[in-house]
Amino acid sequence: MNSQFTPGVVPKRLSTEDLSHNFDDLHAPLVVHEAAVAADRCYFCHDAPCVTACPTDIDIPLFIRQISTGTPEAAAKTIFDMNILGGMCARVCPTEELCEEACVRELAEGKPVEIGRLQRFATDTLMKSGVHPFNRADPTGKRVAVVGAGPAGLSCAHRLALLGHDVTVYDARPKAGGLNEFGIAAYKSTDDFAAREVDWLMSIGGITIETGKALGDALNLDAISADFDAVFLGVGLGGVNAMGIAGDDLDGVSDAVSFIEDLRQASDLSALPVGRNVVVIGGGMTAVDAAVQSKLLGAEQVTIAYRRGREAMSASRYEQDLAASHGVKLMFNVKPNAVHGNGAAAEVELEYTQIIDGKLSGTGENMRIAADQVFRAIGQTLTMDGGLALEGRKIAVTDTGRTSRDGVWAGGDCSSGGNDLTVTAVAEGRDAAMDIHATLTGDV
Amino acid sequence: MADLTTEFLGIKSPNPFWLASAPPTDKEYNVRRAFEAGWGGVVWKTLGSEGPPVVNVNGPRYGVVHGADRRVLGLNNIELITDRDLFVNLEEIKRVKADYPDRAIIVSLMVPCEEDAWKAILPLVEETGADGIELNFGCPHGMAERGMGAAVGQVPEYIEMVTRWCKQYYSKPVIVKLTPNITDICQPAAAAMRGGADAVSLINTINSIISVDLDQMAPAPTIGGKGTHGGYCGPAVKPIAMNMVAEIARSPETAGLPMSGIGGITTWRDAAEYIALGCGNVQVCTAAMTYGFKVVQEMISGLEQWMDEKGHTSIDDFMGSAIPNVVDWQHLDLNYIAKASINQDDCISCGRCYAACEDTSHQAIAMTADRKFSVIDAECVACNLCVEVCPVENCITMVEQQPGTTDPRTGNVVVDTYANWTTHPNNPSATAAE
Ligand SMILES: Cc1cc2nc3c(=O)[nH]c(=O)nc-3n(C[C@H](O)[C@H](O)[C@H](O)COP(=O)(O)OP(=O)(O)OC[C@H]3O[C@@H](n4cnc5c(N)ncnc54)[C@H](O)[C@@H]3O)c2cc1C
Ligand SMILES: Cc1cc2nc3c(=O)[nH]c(=O)nc-3n(C[C@H](O)[C@H](O)[C@H](O)COP(=O)(O)O)c2cc1C
Ligand code: SF4
Ligand code: SF4
Ligand code: SF4
Repeated sequence: MNSQFTPGVVPKRLSTEDLSHNFDDLHAPLVVHEAAVAADRCYFCHDAPCVTACPTDIDIPLFIRQISTGTPEAAAKTIFDMNILGGMCARVCPTEELCEEACVRELAEGKPVEIGRLQRFATDTLMKSGVHPFNRADPTGKRVAVVGAGPAGLSCAHRLALLGHDVTVYDARPKAGGLNEFGIAAYKSTDDFAAREVDWLMSIGGITIETGKALGDALNLDAISADFDAVFLGVGLGGVNAMGIAGDDLDGVSDAVSFIEDLRQASDLSALPVGRNVVVIGGGMTAVDAAVQSKLLGAEQVTIAYRRGREAMSASRYEQDLAASHGVKLMFNVKPNAVHGNGAAAEVELEYTQIIDGKLSGTGENMRIAADQVFRAIGQTLTMDGGLALEGRKIAVTDTGRTSRDGVWAGGDCSSGGNDLTVTAVAEGRDAAMDIHATLTGDV
Repeated sequence: MADLTTEFLGIKSPNPFWLASAPPTDKEYNVRRAFEAGWGGVVWKTLGSEGPPVVNVNGPRYGVVHGADRRVLGLNNIELITDRDLFVNLEEIKRVKADYPDRAIIVSLMVPCEEDAWKAILPLVEETGADGIELNFGCPHGMAERGMGAAVGQVPEYIEMVTRWCKQYYSKPVIVKLTPNITDICQPAAAAMRGGADAVSLINTINSIISVDLDQMAPAPTIGGKGTHGGYCGPAVKPIAMNMVAEIARSPETAGLPMSGIGGITTWRDAAEYIALGCGNVQVCTAAMTYGFKVVQEMISGLEQWMDEKGHTSIDDFMGSAIPNVVDWQHLDLNYIAKASINQDDCISCGRCYAACEDTSHQAIAMTADRKFSVIDAECVACNLCVEVCPVENCITMVEQQPGTTDPRTGNVVVDTYANWTTHPNNPSATAAE
């Protein structure tokens, strides 16, 4: 048994009980009484601002009223009508920047209606009953290929299946779910929720998932375009930006996303090695998740080093506070210049930064902090563009997800626009499905 | 799958939720939006005779009793019938009905108690293609002072007479809307029946002063330093209305008379309760005025879900199902014995049950120094007060005592035979026990 103070990158820093407690639900599910009290606070606003703020336009006042009146199943149906991954979104949405930020009771009292937790209450209730609340329309005879079984692909596939099309989903990985399965912080998706949600979603019928099939290897876009009536790409961002600094190939330096992936797939968290002194480079949700989970695994000192100020951080204030409350140190306006160590990382050299004429540059003042493990969390990149036109570094799409190629749609993280959130991927997958449907049934 | 389609007096509507005659149904603009939102039908805001329309006050006409968080519990109003021209209304009704043939449109009427007045307006209404009429014998303020509304509804002979005229000069269903401002609701209902009414709808609003402005020393809403009584509606009146519905349903004279339930209907459950008491459909005013037309969506989804859960496929399946179980007090089973029981896991130790029982009931709740609350079975009379004052729903429940066990309060063994007051030894006029 190791402890928090054991040097190096080692497993078993904490007992199994401590680990399972640490990786429990971040927010415990509401019990019936809590749900009733929370739902009671909703004003059933007209043209409600919370709905406008939801990327999937869930009818929030309606579903909360349905909870109030004792029909959480009907509430769940209201949610799933717009967002078939409403269960996952209830767990992972940064509600503090979406619906709950817009809630009029945030304005009134600084205490929004707990929309996310109420959404979870409703969706959990229905999913627990094992019921799938939708029936497929009559078969259209059309076949659609969906590449990528992440939130965008799954949402698209479900909507298409609902409308009567037959869908084949290809995914490069051995399991469906995309970042829901491999990326989202463990304490947001407990009890194998991602996999259970995929099974439940699939129970509508008409969807076949083929895992271990990557577009670009055996499959190519020309071939599937010829084979299917339409193609949807929801391949996410498979690559990771490099740091390009001295020492970033030392042992102990790795990508935050692969660390999180290992953590999500680990059957025994105590077998997972983590450093005593962990430094995470970056300022997004991935950085926060890697830092917090390192801490939860038993790292002694965890630091997030971000090159700009707090306001510029893409992780919300809530996420920043979450990290701080777990004992993660947040450092702003510092950039990494090198990782030092003899074979394995031992220190990170950081330089303070300043912004002059909008340009970030070092101030020349350096410091070194102990780091036996360094995570890169400086953004993901598109790895599969299928020869389609790009906008910036993503596949260029219209509002309804059309790419530069006829018959090919795209959505989620891999496509232009959007904000790299699960809920946005769901919205884009759904909207592309509606456009594919309209196109295939000659309704445009 | 539950089918909410209702046929009330032969009038079809896709669901049993109609908007009551009131501001929500005052004009074409509202009614079209209501239909788009999903309402099954409307009773158009009450029309008066041809000629210059009534005028409303130009000051506040509403007042409210609020619950916690400013939830609207009761609404008081001093609005009159429509203040728009009769012919404008009639044209609008005709247009909307033509565009929404699947929705019910009923025209509410209030004209003077003279045959000619009714004879004049009924053909005009017939002309619109509306599905029926509702006679507003209920408005308790303003119009009543002019001998209409509640002034008619309080005199059974007038109800019968006017209803008869309507049946004579109008071919479609006639619904008589009852005022609750009477002692025995069965009297006006029976009068309507005698006059040939196809149905009654109830209730209209209840005479009320909602509050007194202590600075102006006048009832609110205050207009130029004066106020008047208004009509009370909203969730607070539902129990009063449901009792009246039940009275009509079980009075031998009026039993079987079709009813449209009105009063405080805010959720699917309220509607289901009215239907269980024998209403063929329901009408809503305050809930729409508080939350907007969209509120009907919850009523529809909730009723559907509940019907599915209970295996009811149509409204008729459960309409009136609760009527046989509404009995007189004297027929309640005095051998049924229950005790309150506190679920310690749910209890948050607020002590409200204790205060209520200790100060005002039977001193049947024990409290320990570390704030544990439990029921003393030897004192508990199962009054239900603690259940209802506890802030945690279902934390305190009533547990039926099983036959064969001893009730520690009376020392008597619980029996499973039915016995009521009519045979009870303490009853001086008891019929001999069998
Ligand atoms: C660590 C981390 C934490 C996050 N936390 C949150 C959070 O708390 N809340 C939130 O809203 N968002 C969060 N996000 C963002 C969110 O996960 C993504 O926005 C969302 O998953 C995007 O969905 P997607 O379907 O576009 O892509 P992905 O979820 O990335 O799914 C893409 C799928 O395509 C497959 N694929 C890729 N290439 C190919 C190919 N060539 N052939 C076949 N299949 C392929 C992949 O295997 C994958 O299954 C987080 C992201 C990360 C990385
Ligand atoms: C402002 C207002 C105006 C009303 N006007 C009429 C009317 O013109 N004719 C009528 O029959 N009832 C009228 N009513 C009574 C309602 O139709 C209904 O019977 C009553 O409000 C009870 O239902 P509720 O509790 O759902 O509001 C009015 C009610 C309100 C609040
Ligand atoms: S903004 Fe807040 S109070 Fe208003 S409907 Fe949305 S959740 Fe309810
Ligand atoms: S509700 Fe509308 S009409 Fe009435 S007082 Fe307010 S603004 Fe005026
Ligand atoms: S009222 Fe309810 S919650 Fe409060 S002490 Fe009594 S049982 Fe407990």
